[in-house]
Amino acid sequence: MNFRLTQPAVLIDINPLTQFSGVQNCAADRLRVGALTRFGNLERDPGIARDLPLIDEALPHIAHPQIRNRGTIGGNLAHADPASEMPAIVLALAGKLRAQSVRGERWIAASDFFVGALSTALEPDEMLMEVELPTAQPRSGACFLEVSRRRGDFAIIGVACTVRVDEEGRCSAVRIGLCNAGDRPIFAADASGSLVGRRLGPTEINQAADLVQGAIDPGGSIHASKEFQRHVAGVLTARAVAAANQRAQREY
Amino acid sequence: MLLSDFLRHDLLLAGTHVGCEHGVCGACTVIFDGVCVRSCLMFAAQADGHAIMTVEGLAPDREHLHPLQESMRDCHGLQCGYCTPGILMTMKVFLDETPAPDEAQIREALSGNLCRCTGYQHIVEAVQLAAERLRR
Repeated sequence: MNFRLTQPAVLIDINPLTQFSGVQNCAADRLRVGALTRFGNLERDPGIARDLPLIDEALPHIAHPQIRNRGTIGGNLAHADPASEMPAIVLALAGKLRAQSVRGERWIAASDFFVGALSTALEPDEMLMEVELPTAQPRSGACFLEVSRRRGDFAIIGVACTVRVDEEGRCSAVRIGLCNAGDRPIFAADASGSLVGRRLGPTEINQAADLVQGAIDPGGSIHASKEFQRHVAGVLTARAVAAANQRAQREY
Repeated sequence: MLLSDFLRHDLLLAGTHVGCEHGVCGACTVIFDGVCVRSCLMFAAQADGHAIMTVEGLAPDREHLHPLQESMRDCHGLQCGYCTPGILMTMKVFLDETPAPDEAQIREALSGNLCRCTGYQHIVEAVQLAAERLRR
């Protein structure tokens, strides 16, 4: 609205709906975050570092402290900026999003939710109410890395990675998500799948980084060329996978 | 009507500045229910029933300045002064929450406020000095 790009005829302030703010456990391995939960509240919640380490690591990169005091996770996800961190994280975590309208409610998988730049699967009469995410499990690790021109700027590229290992230290599950790598958050399916069942060393990790570079379609901008974005995506993927793997190996 | 415009034009409290009007520069930062927010990204109507502090409320009285204001003056932490109110409000809350910050923490807390004049070094020194003075 401040860019004078939209002039809605009717504007409704949903900030008073504080009952839709907050984090709730809904199962031993899942929790639900209300759409009106502000990033600042997530930053100050000690449970987030334990249960959602990927979000915890990304929060300092999201805009600025003053923005995080008002910005909500629901607003961020419904806005669906392809450079935004949270859509990539929700996609990497394979989260589910609950939409509600007068017609009823439905759950939308993250993989179906982000359909294009600033576009989601929400119908015009639907509102995003909460997002359900898996919590950190034993023998799993997560890492979020981002490069931007200045602290708080939109990411040139951001990578969100989770790794789970079995008792022998081999990778049993990997998910790699990226932001600003296309017109929507990207889940690097081939790269993620390539690591399952293997012990992760430099060779495997670099192969995955190469696959990520081949899978993305960054748009380029005045801050970074497409080639630079592609290069950064490879570098950050390698670092994030290595870090997530190392953190997973430490857990027992 | 934006909160920033309401403060400046309706309440005639022009200390809150408007630099970019889209949430990036921080010149419009005010304290809203105890936390720092961008007044250019809120409507005045949304402030109904809430507590707001602007830079005009920082000094304890007409004869005295807040330690942050004194320190900014003593360390030459401002030139044109356009970013200064936003920085003062941000640093006030920051020092309330982090009374003994190191330089990295100060720079992190300042990351949401742009200054075109000073290069930030004297602002950081002013905050360090203010933290010291507030602790005494």
